[in-house]
Amino acid sequence: MANYKYHILICGGTGCHASQSAQIKINFEQLIVEKNLVDDVQIVETGCFGFCEKGPIVKMLPDNTFYTQVKPEDCKEIIEEHIIKGRKVERLLYLDPKSQEHKADSKHMGFYKKQLRIALRNCGFINPENIDEYIARDGYKALATVLEQNDPQATIDIIKKSGLRGRGGGGFPTGLKWEICSKNNADQKYMICNADEGDPGAFMDRSILEGDPHTIIEAMAIGGFCIGATKGLIYIRAEYPLAIHRLRVALDQAREYGLLGKNLFGTDFDFEIELRYGAGAFVCGEETALIHSMEGLRGEPTFKPPFPAQEGYLKKPSNVNNVETFANIPVIINKGWEWFSSIGTEKSKGTKVFALAGQINNVGLIEVPMGITLREVIYEIGGGIKGGKKFKAVQTGGPSGGCLTEKFLDTPIDYDNLIAAGSMMGSGGMIVMDETSCMVSVAKFYLEFTVEESCGKCSPCRIGNKRLHEILERITQGKGTMEDLDSLRNLAQVIKDTALCGLGQTSPNPVLSTIDNFWDEYVAHVVDHKCPAGQCKALKKYIIDPEKCIGCTACARVCPTNAITGTVKMPHEINQELCIKCGSCYEKCKFNAISIK
Amino acid sequence: MEKIKSLADLKKKREDLQSNLKLRELGDNVDNLIQVKVAMATCGIASGAKQVMEVIINECNKRNLPVVVTQTGCMGYCYAEPTVEVKKPGQEAVVFGYITPAKAEELVNKYLAGNELLDGIIPVNYEKIDNK
Amino acid sequence: MDTIKLNIDNREVEVEKGTTILKAAQKLGIDIPTLCHFELNGLNVHNKPGGCRICVVEVVKDFNGRPRRNLAPACVTECVPDMVVRTNSIRVINSRKTVLELILSDHPNDCLQCAKSGSCELQNLAIRLGVREIPYKGEQSSYSMEVSPSIVRDMNKCVMCRRCETVCNEYQSVGALSAINRGFPAVVSTAFDQHLTESSCVFCGQCVAVCPVGALTEVDHTNRLIRDIANPNKKVVVQVAPAVRVALGEEFGMKPGSIVTGKLTAALKQLGFDYVFDTDWSADLTIMEEGTELIGRLTKYLAGDKSVKIPLMTSCCPAWVNFFEKQFPQLREYPSSAKSPQEMFGAIVKSYFADKINTKREDMICVSVMPCLAKKFECERDEFKTNGNPEVDYSISTRELARLIKISNIDFNNLEDVAFDSPLGESTGAAVIFGATGGVMEAAVRTAYEVITGKTLPKIDFTELRGLEGVREATVHVQDGLDLKLAVVYGLSNARKMLEQIERGESPYHAIEVMACPGGCIDGGGQPYHHGDADIVKARWEAIYQADKNMPIRKSHENPSIQAIYKEFLGEPCSHKSHELLHTTYFDRKKSIENE
Repeated sequence: MANYKYHILICGGTGCHASQSAQIKINFEQLIVEKNLVDDVQIVETGCFGFCEKGPIVKMLPDNTFYTQVKPEDCKEIIEEHIIKGRKVERLLYLDPKSQEHKADSKHMGFYKKQLRIALRNCGFINPENIDEYIARDGYKALATVLEQNDPQATIDIIKKSGLRGRGGGGFPTGLKWEICSKNNADQKYMICNADEGDPGAFMDRSILEGDPHTIIEAMAIGGFCIGATKGLIYIRAEYPLAIHRLRVALDQAREYGLLGKNLFGTDFDFEIELRYGAGAFVCGEETALIHSMEGLRGEPTFKPPFPAQEGYLKKPSNVNNVETFANIPVIINKGWEWFSSIGTEKSKGTKVFALAGQINNVGLIEVPMGITLREVIYEIGGGIKGGKKFKAVQTGGPSGGCLTEKFLDTPIDYDNLIAAGSMMGSGGMIVMDETSCMVSVAKFYLEFTVEESCGKCSPCRIGNKRLHEILERITQGKGTMEDLDSLRNLAQVIKDTALCGLGQTSPNPVLSTIDNFWDEYVAHVVDHKCPAGQCKALKKYIIDPEKCIGCTACARVCPTNAITGTVKMPHEINQELCIKCGSCYEKCKFNAISIK
Repeated sequence: MEKIKSLADLKKKREDLQSNLKLRELGDNVDNLIQVKVAMATCGIASGAKQVMEVIINECNKRNLPVVVTQTGCMGYCYAEPTVEVKKPGQEAVVFGYITPAKAEELVNKYLAGNELLDGIIPVNYEKIDNK
Repeated sequence: MDTIKLNIDNREVEVEKGTTILKAAQKLGIDIPTLCHFELNGLNVHNKPGGCRICVVEVVKDFNGRPRRNLAPACVTECVPDMVVRTNSIRVINSRKTVLELILSDHPNDCLQCAKSGSCELQNLAIRLGVREIPYKGEQSSYSMEVSPSIVRDMNKCVMCRRCETVCNEYQSVGALSAINRGFPAVVSTAFDQHLTESSCVFCGQCVAVCPVGALTEVDHTNRLIRDIANPNKKVVVQVAPAVRVALGEEFGMKPGSIVTGKLTAALKQLGFDYVFDTDWSADLTIMEEGTELIGRLTKYLAGDKSVKIPLMTSCCPAWVNFFEKQFPQLREYPSSAKSPQEMFGAIVKSYFADKINTKREDMICVSVMPCLAKKFECERDEFKTNGNPEVDYSISTRELARLIKISNIDFNNLEDVAFDSPLGESTGAAVIFGATGGVMEAAVRTAYEVITGKTLPKIDFTELRGLEGVREATVHVQDGLDLKLAVVYGLSNARKMLEQIERGESPYHAIEVMACPGGCIDGGGQPYHHGDADIVKARWEAIYQADKNMPIRKSHENPSIQAIYKEFLGEPCSHKSHELLHTTYFDRKKSIENE
C-alpha cells in the first residue's frame, strides 16, 4: 500500500462536474504518472464541498489548501508548483472580498466559518465510490452497535431524545415516526427513503447521495431494524444520474462486505435495499404519491389517515424519511443523543443543509446549526448581496414556503419560527432576492411551477391554483384590479384549507406571504400599472425624450410592430398601445433618447 | 472479498484503513499541528532529501505525532542540504540543515516529540509571503 | 362491535367504529353534499377518492383533542371518539361554495343543451348551494367530443370524480378508462387518448350510469326513430327487454319497482310502431336453443368426452361477449353459441315475420328498447347482418324511450294497459327473470330439468340461484347421477375469475351465467339514473320476480307461441335452420401492442 504524502481532493458533485472537474481529475492522474509521483500523491474524487459559486474546487492535503475555480489547464501548475516546489498557486486561492486577502484554509473563509457539517460530514472528504474510506471514518459502526445492542426500542429512544425532526419539510419528530411504525404488526414492512427532491433549485439531498451514499444505506438499515422492516426502498428522481450511479456502486460494495443482505453483523437481521426511479413529477415527493408511484399506479396522493405507518407500500406498514434525515442517524448513534441535542434551538435540534441561491455572492450548499440568524447566513456565510444591492426578501421552503423580509433578518432559523413568520423550513431551499426582484413575479413563478406539477386529483389544487396563476398573470400584465387582490386572498385561503395533499395545501403560501409583506407592490401593479422593481416587462414603458431625439428614424426602422412614428429630423414618439416592450429601439438608439420607466 | 461479520471485524477493518485517511483528518486541523517542510529542489533531492522525508513521515506515524509533512522547493540553503523547516503552532519556524536520515530520526524524537533543539539550525535570512 | 360517540352540528350521535363522518351525519338527518363519492350498497361498486372536496367539514376536535388544521372530507374521514364536527360553519360554507365555483369555472356553461340537464349532480349542487356567479373565470379545458357506437364522450364536462375509472377498472376489470395528464389538463380518458372503439372498452355503459355530469352519455337514437316511424314506406317493429318494464315508471315519477308493462305497450302503440312485440318472447326462444345446447354438451361430458367445453357460459350479455372476445379469445368456445334474445328476435322478425306480412326485409325496421348500451354496439356487428341489412337496426335505451314518450305528449301515468301484439308478443315468467342476475340460469334450469327428467318440476322457484351477491353458486339435483353445479356472476371482474379458473382447468361448474351490470340488466347502462341509491335497484330486482309470479305460464318450453314457431318454421332447437338464424360464432378481437 502506497504511503501517500499528498492527497488531492477534487469536487465530484454534479455542479463541478458540469465545469469539467472530471477532466481535472484525469489531468492530475496523467501528470502524476508523468512526474513519477504515483506513489506519493493520491488523487481522490469526493462529494460536494458546498462552495458551488467558486467551483470547481480542488483541495490539497495535508496542508489544507483550498483552490477555487480551477480549470483543467491549471493542473500542470498545481502539480509543478504546489506538490513539487511546495509553493501555493496564489491566483487560485480564494480572495476574501472584504479584506482582499487570499485565504488558503477554508476554515478562515466567511463561507465556512459558521457552518457545522454533520449531514455533509463526509462530503468533500471521502471518495464516495470507495466503501473503505467510509468505514475508515466510522462507517457502519453505528449499525454494528445498534445490532449488537439488539434493542430496537432503545435505539428509537435515542433518536427521540436527540430531537431529530424530518428534514424533508414536515419537521415531524423522526423517533416518534419510527416508533409509530414499529408498533404496527405485519408480515413485511418497508423502510423508504424519499430521494425525489422536487423543489426547484434544491440540491441538498443530491449532494449527500453523490458525496456520501453509504450513510443513507447505513441509516436505512438502522431504521429498518428499529421498525422491523427487512426491505428498504430508495425512491430517487431519474434526473439524478450521478447520484443513482454512486448509490448503485455503494449498494454493490456494501453487499460485497456483507453489510447488506442476510444476517448483518452475524445477527438474524436481514436487510436489502432496492432503487426505484421517479419520472419527473414533483408531486411524487409527497409520501403517499411516492408510494403509489412505486406500486406502479398513477403518482397521486391519497387521503391520510390511513398513514403509511399503517398502510403504506403494498398496503404494508411503511416509514418514509428524507435523505438528509437519514444522513443524521449514524452520527447520532456514534456521538450520542446528548451531543446532537446540544446543537440547535429548544425545539429544533441539530443542523440544516440549505441550498443558498439567488442574488447572493456565495451561492452554494451550506450546513448550519439551527438557531443561526438569517443575517448571519446572508451576510457572513453568503457574503452579502451581489453587486452591493439592497436586500429585499429571502424565500425559504421553495414553492411551499413564503418570503421573509428585513424584519426577520435577526430571527433564529428553526421550524417553528419560520412558520410563525409566514413561511416554512421546507427541504432547505433559500433564495435571496434584492431590490430588482418583483415579488408579484416571484409569486407567479412559484405558481407556474405548482400548476405544472399538480397531479389534478382534487378540485381546489387542479383548478384553484390555475386561477390563482391567471390572476397573477393579469396583474403582471397590468390588467389586474383591486377585486383581484381580494380574490387572491380568498382563493388562496380556500385552496390551503381544502386541498387534499401537501402540494395544494402549501402552494398558495408564496401568494399569501408576498401579498401580506409586499402589499404596496401589488397595489402599484394594479392601480399605478407600475412594477416598482422594474421586472414586469408588460409594465415597462419605453419613452422617447423629445429633447434628445434627433429624428434619425433608426428606432422606427427596427420596431417590429411599427409602434414608433415621426418624420425625419423631428422627435419621434412610441405608441404605448402597440409597443410590445421588446427593447429593440432602446438597443438601437445612439443618442440615449429612449428611457425605460 | 472478506465479509464483515461482527463489530470486531468492522473495528479491525477500520483500524487498517484509518491510516489512509489520516492525511485528510490532519488537514482539517492544520493550524494546530506541527508543520514540517522538507526542501526538495534539485540540491535537496541530490543529497537524499527524499529519503529524509520518508524517515520523518514514518517516525511521526509510529509515534502518532500531530505532524503535517510536505515538500517544498528550494529554501535557498543549498550548502546545508538536506534542509528541513519546522513550524510549531504559535512559534516561529526553525530551519535545520545537514539532516541525514539518521539525524532525521533524531529530529523527530528530540524536537518534534519533545522540545529539544538540534545542532545545525540555520538562521532565517529572508521573509516569506506566507508569513505576512 | 365498538361504538363511538361524537358531536356533529351540536348534536350527539353514536356510530360503529370505522363509520365515516358522512354516514354519521346521515344518521342525524344531516345531509352533507357530495360529488365524487359513490357507493352502490350491496352491489360491489364503491368510489371514494376524496378528491372533489365538496363534502369538506370542519373538525373542531380531533383525535388529539385539538382542531384539525384543514377542512376534512366527510366521505372518507373516519369518526374518532369525542370528535366535534361542524358541517355548516361559515368557513365550511365559504370553502364549499368556492370549490364548487372553481369546478364550474372549468365546465361548459351549456346546461340547457346538455343531455344531463335535469338529472345532473353538478347542476343539483349549483342549485342547492345557490350559485349566482362564477367569480373565477379563466382558461377552460378543450377536448374534442367523441362518438362511439354506444357512448358519447364530452370530456370538457369531466369533473374528475373518477367514478367511471373505478367502475371500469375495479368493478369490470376492463381497464379502458383512467386518468391521463397532470394538473389542469388532467382528465379521465383512454390509454393514449385513443378512440373508445380502439381501446379495451366493452361498451357495458356502466361509466355512463355512474357519471354525475354530461361527460359520458349514450348515443341518442330518438331522432332517427322519429324519422323512421314517420316514414310511410317502412314497417317499424319494436321489441322490449324485460328489465325495461320494471324501471320505465321511474322516469314518470312512479315508485321504483313499479311494473308498467301494460302502460309501456300502450305508449309504444301510441308512438306509432307498426308492431309492438316483446323480447321476452325471444328470451324463451333463447332458453330453448341454449337449453338444448347445454343438454347436448352435458350428455357428451357425462359420457366421458373430455373435449367438450364444460362449463357452458351464457352469451346474451353483449358487454360480456365483447369482454371475452377481447381479453380471453382462447376460451371463446365455452360460451353458448346461441345469440342474445335481441338478435334472435331480429333474425326471426326479418325472415319469418317479414314473409308473414309480405314485407321485404329492406322495408322493415326492427328497433329494440333495452336497459343496455352495449346493445347499440351489438346491432352493428357484421355477423348480425344479412346482405348488409342488420337483424336489429338499432337499439334505444329506457331513458331514450322516456324522452320519446314525453316529446310525443303521451300522459304515461294515465295510460290504460294494452297487451303486446301477436305472434311475437307472448312470453313466460322464465323470460322476464332474464332481467335479474340469476334469471337466465333459473329459466334454463326450469326447462332443462323437465326435458332431461321428463317430469314436472316439483317447485318452480329456484331461490338458490337468486340473490345480489356478485358470485353465487348452487347445486341443483336433477336426477340420480346428475347434480348440476351452477354459478351465477355479475360484474366482469367476477367473470374474469371464472375464466381464469376455467383456464387453469379448475372450474367445478357445469354452467355459468355472466352479466356485466350490477344485479343484472336491471341496473344496465341505459336505465333511469339512480345516482347511487341501491334501494332503487333492489326494488327493480324484486319487481322482476313479482312479474314472473304474475305470468300465467312460467316455463319457456310451455310458451305456445314458441312451440308454434318450431312447428311452423324452425323445426326443432339446434336444427340446421335454428343454427343458421339463431346461433353465432365469436372472434379473436384481442389487441396487443406487439401486433400493431
